[in-house]
Amino acid sequence: MWKFTVRRIGIMIPQIALLSLLIFIMAKMMPGDALSGLIDPSIDPATIEAMRKKLGLDNPWHIQYMDWIKGVAQGDFGQSFRFKMPVTELISQRLVNTFWLSLVTLILTYLIAIPLGITSGRYNDSWADRLITGYTYVGFAAPLFIFALVMLWIFGFHFGWFPTSGSVTPGLSPGSFEYVLSKINHLLLPSLSMALIATVSTVQYLRSEIIDTKQKEFVVTARAKGASESRVYNRHILRNSLLPIAAFFGYEITGLIGGTIFIENIFGYPGMGQLFIESISLRDFSVVTSVVLIFGIASILGALISDIILSIVDPRIRIK
Amino acid sequence: MGNPVLEIKNLRTSFRIKDNYYAAVDDVSLTVEKNELLAIVGESGCGKSAFAFSIMGLHSQAKVEGDIYFKGQNIANISTAKLNELRGNKMGMIFQDSLSALNPLMTIGDQIDEIIYIHNSKLPKKERKERVIDLLNKVGIVDPAFTHDQFPHELSGGMRQRVVIAMAIANEPELLIADEPTTALDVTIQSQILDLIKKLKEEIHAGIILITHDLAVVAEMADRVAVMYAGQIVEIADVYTLFENPLHPYTRSLLNSVPNSNEVQSELHVIEGIVPSLQNLLREGCRFSPRIPWIDESAHEKNPVLHEVSPGHFVRCTCYQQFSFPEKSKEDQYHGVS
Repeated sequence: MWKFTVRRIGIMIPQIALLSLLIFIMAKMMPGDALSGLIDPSIDPATIEAMRKKLGLDNPWHIQYMDWIKGVAQGDFGQSFRFKMPVTELISQRLVNTFWLSLVTLILTYLIAIPLGITSGRYNDSWADRLITGYTYVGFAAPLFIFALVMLWIFGFHFGWFPTSGSVTPGLSPGSFEYVLSKINHLLLPSLSMALIATVSTVQYLRSEIIDTKQKEFVVTARAKGASESRVYNRHILRNSLLPIAAFFGYEITGLIGGTIFIENIFGYPGMGQLFIESISLRDFSVVTSVVLIFGIASILGALISDIILSIVDPRIRIK
Repeated sequence: MGNPVLEIKNLRTSFRIKDNYYAAVDDVSLTVEKNELLAIVGESGCGKSAFAFSIMGLHSQAKVEGDIYFKGQNIANISTAKLNELRGNKMGMIFQDSLSALNPLMTIGDQIDEIIYIHNSKLPKKERKERVIDLLNKVGIVDPAFTHDQFPHELSGGMRQRVVIAMAIANEPELLIADEPTTALDVTIQSQILDLIKKLKEEIHAGIILITHDLAVVAEMADRVAVMYAGQIVEIADVYTLFENPLHPYTRSLLNSVPNSNEVQSELHVIEGIVPSLQNLLREGCRFSPRIPWIDESAHEKNPVLHEVSPGHFVRCTCYQQFSFPEKSKEDQYHGVS
């Protein structure tokens, strides 16, 4: 188990190195640099050239890459040209917001998916199953950004049950009970909107896994042992059906990243996704590369978590 | 014949295909005594496994009609809860493919423990474990303590089949159904497993139904043999009678198809045609008649029934009286000699 985990983390390191290299090269391939649009055109080009030299922007790309990566390793993502502050500082608060949004979304996703998937798979072709499958088809068909807008309009504006933007009510002191409550209140509607859409693939997946496992021979064996129906489901069918769901977990995280980009913009939630879109439209490339790098690392971590979970629950892939 | 462990009367198991029910097991009646090993033979697809599954009520979507008396109690169509008291307890089943019959995510120990726990939940965990180790020992697992914590994929096919057998006999059943227990194994392991079943038969005093298509296995193991064709029993007799004096054309064809290692045969005998599928099955008359077209139609009964030709020896349909193998043409005989 440990050996597997260590080996799996070992594989991750070159993945991240390659990812950072790709992001850096892509950023460099874009026309212009931090200075080209920033400085007043009336300034002497020679001064700009001198500044470039001072900032190391005229070095060959691999040296620039090494400079950048050294900074990143120390937690320094450089300066944001628009916000005039270190990227690290800019990102940290938003990263926390996005983390909580993603976590609550994930929890909601599975809270919805598991009971629905089980009901649907166990009683397949019943009216309950048809209802759930119907919902999943709607979920597949509805684009997240439209669905989120509808949710915002109904529950945010029409009923006014939830705040319509921000991550916390201004003026509350951080750490107080009201502050935490307000944070949760701001989280609920965006995460629920995202979860309701993200969950449908898991519901479908779990449903078909259960229907598949139901026909396995070891289920017949369990019945021949005299196991009750609930025992057959809980001990034999469910555990085997949840395996692929665990494997799916990592991709769920990747999907979440795409989701937060839409959701945070729609709900005006100050997170990484919103920052990402803002920075792109403002050509704030040091922020964009940092955000992409963090998103990329999150996806790689997601795959790692999947593999580790799978190795815990499935004895067949444990490497001795 | 005292009190049979199992008495089946007019069992009929039908499966639904589109809107109609088709009987895969059609009007089967038989008994199994204590200490007796009844073999059921027949080609693939003639309803042997469907029959075995019907006894234990393991079909999820089939209509089972008729009576199944287990020690005098009719268990056909009783509630699943009541059936569960018997399944795995008084009735054990050995499955064909041990890899798919075992849960891939549970250790061997846990899987055997489960069957003991279900029927005896008051037994402390420690004692259950001792019993599991005992059982593994009994079925010839070399290092039971080690195997106890292994997973099915870590064992060889022969060892897995031993585990499946250990599971089936865990609660000392009075009826043991072995559904082609050696089909998935190679010949040497096959004989080991058969020896094990033979040994257990003497130890547990159960009635055993052995389902197989291997006539050598039947000759070695069985006390009585039922030959099944297209869902019906076509001949039933004790093992000596059946091998000495086979009567039904199907039985004779089956026996004739076994290659004899003492003689150099120019050609393997085959039974022409295939077992009809459920939908194409001849529902009236002798079901085997399409595969012996050289026998005159008048030889067959309109509604073939089992005739008792000698005590305990039953044959279905009167066509056996006129049956003989067709003469081989000269060409056929030369064909295949090389």
